[in-house]
Amino acid sequence: MDILELAFMQRALLAALLVGVTAPAIGIYLVQRRQALMGDGIGHVALTGVGLGFLLNTSPVWVATAVCVVGAVVMELIRSYGKARGDIALAMLFYGGMAGGVMLMALSPNGSNANLTTYLFGSITTVSEQDIVAICLLAAFVIVTTVGLRRQLFAICQDEEFARVTGLPVRLLNLLVAVTAAVTVTVAMRVVGLLLVSALMVIPVAASQQITRSFATTFAMAVAIGVLVTLSGTVTSYYVDVPSGATIVLLAIGVFIALTLLAAPLARKRADKAALAERCTLEDAAAPGAPGTADDVRV
Amino acid sequence: MEQPVISLRGATASLGSRPVLRGVDLTVRRGEVVALLGANGSGKSTAVCSIVGQVPLTGGELELFGTPRRRFRQWSRVGYVPQRTTAAGGVPATVREVVSAGRLARTKLGPSRRADREAVHKALELVGMADRAKDSVDALSGGQHQRVLIARALAVEPELLIMDEPMAGVDLASQEVLASALREEVARGATVLLVLHELGPLEPLIDRAVVLRDGCVVHDGPPPKAVGQHALPGHDHVHPHADPAAEPIRTGLLS
Ligand SMILES: Nc1ncnc2c1ncn2[C@@H]1O[C@H](COP(=O)(O)OP(=O)(O)O)[C@@H](O)[C@H]1O
Ligand SMILES: [Mg+2]
Repeated sequence: MDILELAFMQRALLAALLVGVTAPAIGIYLVQRRQALMGDGIGHVALTGVGLGFLLNTSPVWVATAVCVVGAVVMELIRSYGKARGDIALAMLFYGGMAGGVMLMALSPNGSNANLTTYLFGSITTVSEQDIVAICLLAAFVIVTTVGLRRQLFAICQDEEFARVTGLPVRLLNLLVAVTAAVTVTVAMRVVGLLLVSALMVIPVAASQQITRSFATTFAMAVAIGVLVTLSGTVTSYYVDVPSGATIVLLAIGVFIALTLLAAPLARKRADKAALAERCTLEDAAAPGAPGTADDVRV
Repeated sequence: MEQPVISLRGATASLGSRPVLRGVDLTVRRGEVVALLGANGSGKSTAVCSIVGQVPLTGGELELFGTPRRRFRQWSRVGYVPQRTTAAGGVPATVREVVSAGRLARTKLGPSRRADREAVHKALELVGMADRAKDSVDALSGGQHQRVLIARALAVEPELLIMDEPMAGVDLASQEVLASALREEVARGATVLLVLHELGPLEPLIDRAVVLRDGCVVHDGPPPKAVGQHALPGHDHVHPHADPAAEPIRTGLLS
């Protein structure tokens, strides 16, 4: 395929691959904790970082990373300490971040509306050599964290109260989740854009869990779906000349719908089997979890 | 004499601006099985939460295994079953995955080893859920959820088990399973602090009952016999925090 010989497409596909892996990998913990929209919040805050990067004439990726990390840590502190007014504080942070970004962009000499749009909605084919180095480093951090600490992160996101009584450093791990989510936002911002980042954190996970029963399978399948849609979306946007971010997100929603339709008969079959198992327990027959169920499905 | 496993003296604690514990004394010695009883809203969960460090004490003293709570770090000696109706989170998880979280009390940030997987399997067998290990917790009944949460605490292989209403919303079959699991733990030498609404099938195991009313201890001694009849009617034990205002305050167990 000739598109693999184009340097900018090589970069685009590498960036797409890394986003496809990292966004669902951290997103699954946010979904597990029922904080699916946290990525969206960080995306808003990131815009201030991008604007700052333009104003200071430095790499927007690194400045955005720094600003996102600060924003995510503040969000985590609001979540763990803030009670009644927590959501108001978050709203301030989100919209302040977005407005600040637009303002800074307007003030900076080489910031333009076109620039703003590439960061808001992604522009994968403009990923530079410098960007790709940053994206690789940041993605490595996200993968090491989300895979290496999966048992610990699973525990704190499943039942934080219990996790604290195991003596895990829960506060530290919570901050790590926030920082990792922030880093993922900047990894993904050139590919899908800040407004659509959260979609790639949430939709592959939601699609995957339509047909899975275990966390491990959900994780693996969400990453597989993430990679599938980012790569195919990138290729599509090259041939058809449509924005990459929108293409990727629409493809992800397509996968979600397909798996949801697939899941309905599957769930019915499982329910029938469970009912059968329930009835047979007295006779000590038909153990549940027999082979051939959807947890064995791999993409 | 040996240090008590739990020693709570004159404990006070508030939730919001409301004083919930108003000078609670509670001592649990090694090998004892103590039931913490009381009407909804009497402060049982708050007492247990303060013992495991979820709710800060505003006054009084707390020692675990003879160590002041603030300096206590040996969480692998404690198995905790929080008051819950479900073991599920926002993403599917299997019974084994949830129970494995208990082993983190021992492995902390390190890897999971064969001994950890064996402990998880043993805990699942104790509560009769080994054949459901690969099932999603979403597919379980209320009683089975509770069994999973207890297995998670047992997987720690703790010396002290602290359970907040492990029998709430649990069917009779599960109650029997849990009672026998608990019996084995006690035979092994475990110390147990249990929050209960009624003694039920656990009654023969219980050495001592402590009854709370409005954040004060009103009884500490042999388990009161009539407790089942008094505590039972008209309470939704599954959602005890739902509407405290609707709770008649004077449903003290001994009144
Ligand atoms: N977050 C909270 N803020 C203020 N009051 C609370 C909170 N949670 C519980 N309470 C109150 O504290 C009291 C004790 O609650 P709890 O310890 O859960 O009782 P129990 O477990 O005995 O039913 C109740 O009256 C309840 O209404
Ligand atoms: Mg309670």
